[in-house]
Amino acid sequence: MTKALSITKGIHDWLSSIMSENAANFVEMVLIALVYLGIFAIAGLFLVLIERRVAAWFQLRVGPNRVGFQGLLQTMADALKLLSKELTGTEKADKFLYNLAPYFVIVTSLMALAVIPFTQEFQAFDINIGILFLIAISSIGVIGILLGGWSSNNKFALIGAMRSGVQTISYELSVGLSLLTMILITGTLQLSEIIEVQKNGWLIVQGHIPAIIAFMIFMIAGTAETNRAPFDMAEAESELGAGFHTEYSGMKFAYFFLAEFINMFIIAAIATTVFFGGWLSPFGITESIPLLGVFWFLAKTMFLVFLMMWFRWTFPRLRVDQLLTLEWKYLLPLNLMNIVLMALIVWLNLIIKL
Amino acid sequence: MERVIFYILALIMIVFAIASVTSRKMLRSVIYLLFVLCGIAGVYFLIDYNFLAAIQLTVYAGGIIVLIIFSVLLVHHIEMELEIAKPSKQIITTIACLLGLGVFLTTIYAHEFNVVENSLTTTTAEIGTKLLSYDAGGFILPFEVISVLLLAAMVGAIIIAKGRKLEERSQKSEDSSI
Repeated sequence: MTKALSITKGIHDWLSSIMSENAANFVEMVLIALVYLGIFAIAGLFLVLIERRVAAWFQLRVGPNRVGFQGLLQTMADALKLLSKELTGTEKADKFLYNLAPYFVIVTSLMALAVIPFTQEFQAFDINIGILFLIAISSIGVIGILLGGWSSNNKFALIGAMRSGVQTISYELSVGLSLLTMILITGTLQLSEIIEVQKNGWLIVQGHIPAIIAFMIFMIAGTAETNRAPFDMAEAESELGAGFHTEYSGMKFAYFFLAEFINMFIIAAIATTVFFGGWLSPFGITESIPLLGVFWFLAKTMFLVFLMMWFRWTFPRLRVDQLLTLEWKYLLPLNLMNIVLMALIVWLNLIIKL
Repeated sequence: MERVIFYILALIMIVFAIASVTSRKMLRSVIYLLFVLCGIAGVYFLIDYNFLAAIQLTVYAGGIIVLIIFSVLLVHHIEMELEIAKPSKQIITTIACLLGLGVFLTTIYAHEFNVVENSLTTTTAEIGTKLLSYDAGGFILPFEVISVLLLAAMVGAIIIAKGRKLEERSQKSEDSSI
């Protein structure tokens, strides 16, 4: 990582040489934000492509493979098409809220990216309450969905938004509690320190049984929070058209779509950081080459993303009542018991350390 | 730099607070309120109270605003607008608001604030130990009182939600006992 660090340091020196310190800091913040924005807009598009290829693979089709090598440019072309499309809306919609809603969704998901540590140095915002910040940010995204559904002035969009709200509020509890279970081992909320703790073995190994239970609950609740199948009640296409974003077109629709995929990436990245050691290599095999941290992080994250896509194309959609039963009658009590179990294990020092 | 950010946040908060009470569309004023609450979280971030800021975002922005939006979604239609109050009511409200504002401003300007140099960030662990300590200056009693309050609220919610069913069941059991 020394190379990348020297680049950022070089830019910092150059900026502070031509302007005052405050201005240089400000320009740096803007630059970092732009870099993140650029990387994740492109990464989101590639996630869409991966999703389509994986879906095709599961359904024994070929999938998009015409535009560019193996269809690599397909989603880029789609994005360009969406950019050039006319932005439509309903006649009696609340225009202000209707236009605001997509930004809520995309801004919150991009904000969450700031705290995720890609390697030791590649982390924009190492706040001391990292996990809590992630939970806080993810709880705001749902407002965008509710607004989008309501201000479209469309029955189906409204029903989709209500379902989504119910679902997100319910499953947020499970996401929070399963992460809390792991906080009992790490003793810190800061993401860089959480990875530091895992140098003696990934947390899923250290915490063995309760950690595995927590991981399963986290993946289920995380899939539900991103409104993906089998929990895609919010946009169940056979019942509601496209759910809360029925009335959106062009780039505004693309924001919702992109946010869904970035959220999926975030859930996978949080799971990687908290359960699978983030950028640490397995058994420390490449510890001497810190530059490979990004590779390990992305490899683990991509595997978890693949897992979520696997869910999507394997399980049938749940009904609303089944969805709520699963959360409130099974996951929540299980989670609470799991926290007690984890507390016992930490107290009796039964942690497995490699 | 910090001063500039503070003034920007303050401006956002004041503008949206006024917009929130003057808007005649219900959901819009909820959203303006959300911006005010986010601005408060921003002020907490500015003074390095990260924990409080995250709690502000989770509880107020993520929890309470979502609940308010839900209730608006259930009772309100998009074409409805809130009615304007009578002039007499408007005058009374203005006087009450000005009185309240006067009390606030005199208290704030009469109080001497200590300037804290090099404030340290409170860690979550410190907050936790303080919350559960029963020494002098610990917060165990308010903590327990709040948990009792939450329990009461939960019991109340269950009673309200299942009230009729529970009544029917108790009546049935009374009937059978007779």
